[in-house]
Amino acid sequence: MEPVKTSSSLERESNPLTIKETKRKRPLLTDGVKAILCLLPSIILIAIFVYGFIGWTGYVSLSNWNSLVPDFSFAGLKNYAYLFNDFRFQADLRNTLFFTLFFIIAVLTSGLVLAILLDQKIRAESLFRNIFFFPMALSFVVTGVVWQWLLNPSTGVNLFLKKLGMAPKWYTSVTIIPGIEWGKIEFGVPVAIIAVVIAAMWQMTGFSVAMYLAGLRGIPDELREAARIDGASEFQIFMKIIFPLLMPITVSVIIIMAHISLKIFDLIYAMTGPGANFVTDVPGVYMFETTFRGNYYANGAAITIIMLLSVAIFIVPYLISSRKGGA
Amino acid sequence: MKKSWSVILSILLVFSFVLAGCSSDSSSSSGGDSGKKSGKDDGKGATLDIFSWWTGAGEEDGLKALIKLFKDKYPDVKVENAAVAGGAGTNAKAVLASRMQGNDPPATFQVHGGAELNEGWVAAGKMETLDDLYDKEGWKDKFPKDLIDLVSKDGHIYSVPVNIHRGNVLWYNKKIFADNNLEAPKTFDDFFKVADALKSKGITPLALGDKEPWTATHLFESVLLGTLGADNYKKLWTGEFKFDDPKVKEAAETFKKMLSYVNDDHSSRNWQDASQLVGTGEAAMNVMGDWAKGYFSNDLKLKANEDFGWVTTPGTDGLFMVITDTFGLPKGVKNPDDVKKWLSVLGSVEGQDAFNPLKGSIPARIDADTSKYDVYGKQTIEEFKKASLAPSIAHGSAAPEGFSTKMNQAINIFVTQQKVDQFVDSLKEASSELKK
Repeated sequence: MEPVKTSSSLERESNPLTIKETKRKRPLLTDGVKAILCLLPSIILIAIFVYGFIGWTGYVSLSNWNSLVPDFSFAGLKNYAYLFNDFRFQADLRNTLFFTLFFIIAVLTSGLVLAILLDQKIRAESLFRNIFFFPMALSFVVTGVVWQWLLNPSTGVNLFLKKLGMAPKWYTSVTIIPGIEWGKIEFGVPVAIIAVVIAAMWQMTGFSVAMYLAGLRGIPDELREAARIDGASEFQIFMKIIFPLLMPITVSVIIIMAHISLKIFDLIYAMTGPGANFVTDVPGVYMFETTFRGNYYANGAAITIIMLLSVAIFIVPYLISSRKGGA
Repeated sequence: MKKSWSVILSILLVFSFVLAGCSSDSSSSSGGDSGKKSGKDDGKGATLDIFSWWTGAGEEDGLKALIKLFKDKYPDVKVENAAVAGGAGTNAKAVLASRMQGNDPPATFQVHGGAELNEGWVAAGKMETLDDLYDKEGWKDKFPKDLIDLVSKDGHIYSVPVNIHRGNVLWYNKKIFADNNLEAPKTFDDFFKVADALKSKGITPLALGDKEPWTATHLFESVLLGTLGADNYKKLWTGEFKFDDPKVKEAAETFKKMLSYVNDDHSSRNWQDASQLVGTGEAAMNVMGDWAKGYFSNDLKLKANEDFGWVTTPGTDGLFMVITDTFGLPKGVKNPDDVKKWLSVLGSVEGQDAFNPLKGSIPARIDADTSKYDVYGKQTIEEFKKASLAPSIAHGSAAPEGFSTKMNQAINIFVTQQKVDQFVDSLKEASSELKK
């Protein structure tokens, strides 16, 4: 406090005119207060309708509310224990794991490959860019309905594949590879989920193409040229220079795709439903059915909390690192 | 300085808009100011919002015909068709649950008679009894007693049935059966003989479309009814007959055997797609409720009794798996008198005969005008009078929604894994919730 006082008094002595100026111009509201006032409505709304209801959902997930009549008596972790012993939920966790894994890998590789091809200074580049980006403009429900018919075992692409002697069962397959007994379920990759991954990839690849293309355009040509002069091959340039420089883009795409795939509902609901033996079921679909069909509100709330936590595993480290990076 | 004032002003403005939005909303939803001021809320000006999931082809026409009939009788009541589309009623039920729990019930809503009504909304204390309406209209001997029991709890009546659908119908392709000199099966033994004969000819014997698992539950419940008979089947829901009884296991074995005759791509089809297989002659038989008749005749343009035929599912001759749509009066509505007017139209012969021929169902009343119904309808109306009624599980009449959801899950697993003991165990486990 002390030095501030001295400095201001010094100022006053040295230049009384400026003080008068600042006094007169001193705003009624400082920038800080203004900012808070402007943000207040959205802060209040978000506090109630986002964080308030997350808290409420957490509270419900610990209650006994599993019928139409609300019952808020404390149940501890009963609902969570039930879920982790449930065949359907175990299958959901398995499906989500493999769906997320395949979906992210597929979107990253296809996006990167297409972006590099587009970056070769080809003709009609903007036409291709739009073609790749177009599926993004559809909703997952539309994608789901379309691919439901394309990958239907008795119509769609199988009409061609049958001529080649193949007839994959797509999303009606109940095979799980390798199918190790684990808990109540067979653990492994459900073949049916691959059909869903194809549909999801078709829709979201455009996004990663756009991201990677922006990233590639952001890399200055000087870097490549310098490397070429040093005698690096094109492959080396890509592996040693381009790909590392695209790392921030890759991380962003992974984060965005992970939170889409962990919360996926509409695509699955429109395309396959829970699937035979729950091979394409995901927590989102289970939550909807158990809450709004079965009236198991507390179980449904527990599912959403688990979904929230699983997304948080990806998002929180990202937020922390981006805060560090930004500061 | 001016700038900061304008900021404050604009914030105030935004807030006041928000507040204004809230207040106007609350006044309009509480039935108008006049009712509030006079202190007597007589519901004048409140709209009668009729909540249902009737948005499909025939059913929407039926609902509109009912609303038209009501408007002719009571032109001064404002009516709103508040139907919610999608998911065979699932979406509507989700909207209904949140409205009921938020104490903003629709004036009247569609609900299946049986557990969905009694163990759901009545048990939750959300429904008004309609005993006086039944007395006033003299309905107690106009509806079958079994049906009134289905909409009653503890001796009080809670809703008015509009229509009856039959669940235990086996539809078959007449041409396939004629070509192969086969008779429609009456018992399970007949069924498997017919199925074997068809299979040897390369025809899919039984069409199933269980993309939505309830269709498999629908098939299983008809097997269950055929194996247990109506009395024991009904006792399942009161706990007098146990799910670990050998008879239930027998039904599960029969169901399992049936599953070996279904089309390979059943999990990619819904019930319409499965019915289509029968209609186009790719499959021979299909078990579905009689709403499939509307699909055969309206959508596929097939002729009843010529292109497609029907019998009761094996072992259920003289039994009637009943699915009834009913409307009730929730507690806390602003215009109960208007709602009762609507219900009295629904329950009248005129109302039932306006709705049911369009919807493709049969009237719930026993004295409706049979001349308005087609050949299937006429036959079913006659059978309905004599048959003993059994509530459907797949359609929420037999057991609370919680049980049917769990049963759907167990069946979805069973269709693939086909482990009978595990299936019976999971049914038993789910049934522990029934006796509350």
